[in-house]
Amino acid sequence: MSEPERNEPEDGPQGEASAGLDALDEGPRPSDPEPDEPGLPEADPDAHPTVRALLDTFEDAVVRHETVSGDQHVVYLDPERNREILRWLHDEPEHAYKLLVDVTGVDLGDGAPLQVVYQLFSLDHARALRVKCLLPLDALEIDSVVPIWAAADWLEREVYDLFGITFRDHPDLRRILMPQDYAEGHPLRKDFPLRGRFSRAEQTRRALAQDVDRFYMPSERAIGREPQEVHFPDPNAPDEPESGPGADA
Amino acid sequence: MAEKTVEYAVGRHPEMGVDGRAAASPLQPFDVPEPSLGGDHMLVNIGPQHPATHGVLRLVAELDGETVVNVTPHIGFLHSSFEKLGEFRTWNQVVPLTDRMDYLAPLIYNCAYVMGVEKLMGIEVTERCKVVRLILMEMDRIFGHLLWLGTTAIDVGAFTPFLYTFQERERIYKLHEALTGARITTSATRVGGMMADLPEGWTDSLLEFLDTFPETLEEVHRLLTNNGIHIGRTQGVGVISGEEALNHGLTGPNLRASGVEYDVRKDQPYYDYETYDFEVPVGTWGDCYDRYLVRMEEMNQSVQILRQALDRLPDGPINVDDPSISLPSKTDAMNDMESMIHHFKLITDGIPAPEAGDCYFPVEGSKGELGMYLVARKGSTKPVRWRIRPPSFVNLSVLPKLAQGHMVSDLIMINASLDIVLGEIDR
Repeated sequence: MSEPERNEPEDGPQGEASAGLDALDEGPRPSDPEPDEPGLPEADPDAHPTVRALLDTFEDAVVRHETVSGDQHVVYLDPERNREILRWLHDEPEHAYKLLVDVTGVDLGDGAPLQVVYQLFSLDHARALRVKCLLPLDALEIDSVVPIWAAADWLEREVYDLFGITFRDHPDLRRILMPQDYAEGHPLRKDFPLRGRFSRAEQTRRALAQDVDRFYMPSERAIGREPQEVHFPDPNAPDEPESGPGADA
Repeated sequence: MAEKTVEYAVGRHPEMGVDGRAAASPLQPFDVPEPSLGGDHMLVNIGPQHPATHGVLRLVAELDGETVVNVTPHIGFLHSSFEKLGEFRTWNQVVPLTDRMDYLAPLIYNCAYVMGVEKLMGIEVTERCKVVRLILMEMDRIFGHLLWLGTTAIDVGAFTPFLYTFQERERIYKLHEALTGARITTSATRVGGMMADLPEGWTDSLLEFLDTFPETLEEVHRLLTNNGIHIGRTQGVGVISGEEALNHGLTGPNLRASGVEYDVRKDQPYYDYETYDFEVPVGTWGDCYDRYLVRMEEMNQSVQILRQALDRLPDGPINVDDPSISLPSKTDAMNDMESMIHHFKLITDGIPAPEAGDCYFPVEGSKGELGMYLVARKGSTKPVRWRIRPPSFVNLSVLPKLAQGHMVSDLIMINASLDIVLGEIDR
């Protein structure tokens, strides 16, 4: 299967560049291939108390700070120190981001680094903060934050599944939405065609070739064993004093 | 005795022999020898096609006798890659995907999505549109809670509340249909406004619903709240403390049942929720019974909000007065050339985002905090990334913790009490 070319400009929703069945094979190409505009200007850190404190405490680890969509603050952190700083945000009573609302990934395409986005909310201070870590495409690894927030368990699994980002020390890093043996890659990456990498025939062949191992984790297989045969008594048989529970065990 | 014999309608098989001994009959109980476990744990697969999992959810439970040692939810059976699809659709074309996620309260998802896009683009909708959307969202909160109430009652063996709640749901279905033409897949919102304004007499129908609905709710209260079986099945089952619930990311009624007063409508208010008079019910014990009580009270509060919103529903346009966002009226588009071109351009090109950026917009859905995270480049007519912060997904992740140590039948109740919808979990 050929991969769609990322830099090819798209003429409109129809995608006129490739014709007929080729276009079907390739699937739709990534939207919005415009060259990147210069980044947003740095925002005023004093507008958000947590940003000010972050800059004071972890000066070298805070890469940049933006204000987007009017009043939403985004802080870019050094991915090597994400757990340390997020733990500080969680523990420090001045900030107390006790609710990890969301963990997700963003792929902007064109070889741009993948973003891991943490959406935090502090109930005590009614304050929201978005934290981003940028990971270059050749080093997609970051510390898991499950030790801080249990909520990150499934959310990080989803990011791993759909973006291929590995979370170090995650207790159970498996695919979650896609099948465990899914071999086509990570669907939310921009280089992943909408219809998948395999042909429809190959996808069907794989679907038909599933076996039971596919449906259970190895730890579950260790518990389960072959079903035991249970013989039901024949109600028409004449009464026998020996027949009863456990006769065939 | 000789003249008249009593006929038993139940418990007797037609092919019953004269001595009262059944022919081979599945109706007759007989002693089933139990397989010997020898102290081993048993692995039981529940679902994905099972009515008690409320969708295509598969639970693999490790049991010690009848006690749940561990349970692993397996999800993804309904995965439709909505987020990926959204990247290939213009802002407005994404709307139909949103109501297919939570088909139990579709209008909340319709509204939340366009509210996120409007926040991203800096669009301020009209006053009437705000109130209309608020009405739709509160109506669907009742709609979603009613389904939860009926199906959960069935899971603990109470069938009657299901009939009551679905009768009331049917009335909301009719309101959906009058407004959008569809009962479930509503797709009622557009960026900058609504697909259509409220039809003639719609608010009267809603008022009529609000007049009689609390009575039905009261009847369900009488059926369940003091019902010994219901109490026995729910109190002390699936307990989670407020601190743990917060750490596990629970939101919505599940979090509030554990005593944490976090409601997006109060803590990050949108659409002037701070000016409405309503209360956020919180529980004390964090068990299934508290989750039940919190949802029951939330429906009452939604009725109050709806009454206030209907009182203040202003007249005026429903769509923003901006030709680069709103479509011309259908009459104009069919009758003059310029409107036709305008319509065509807006449909084929979409609405360009004025500047690059991202936006996270949370609303209080019926299941918890529903967030829309959108990323756009300057001028992009499609989302570069569209992420739904799924409340049910995060809520379900706590199921293994809640179910450990309980019986299998409690596992069903705990799963039901979390109020999940698989369309949104799998997306």
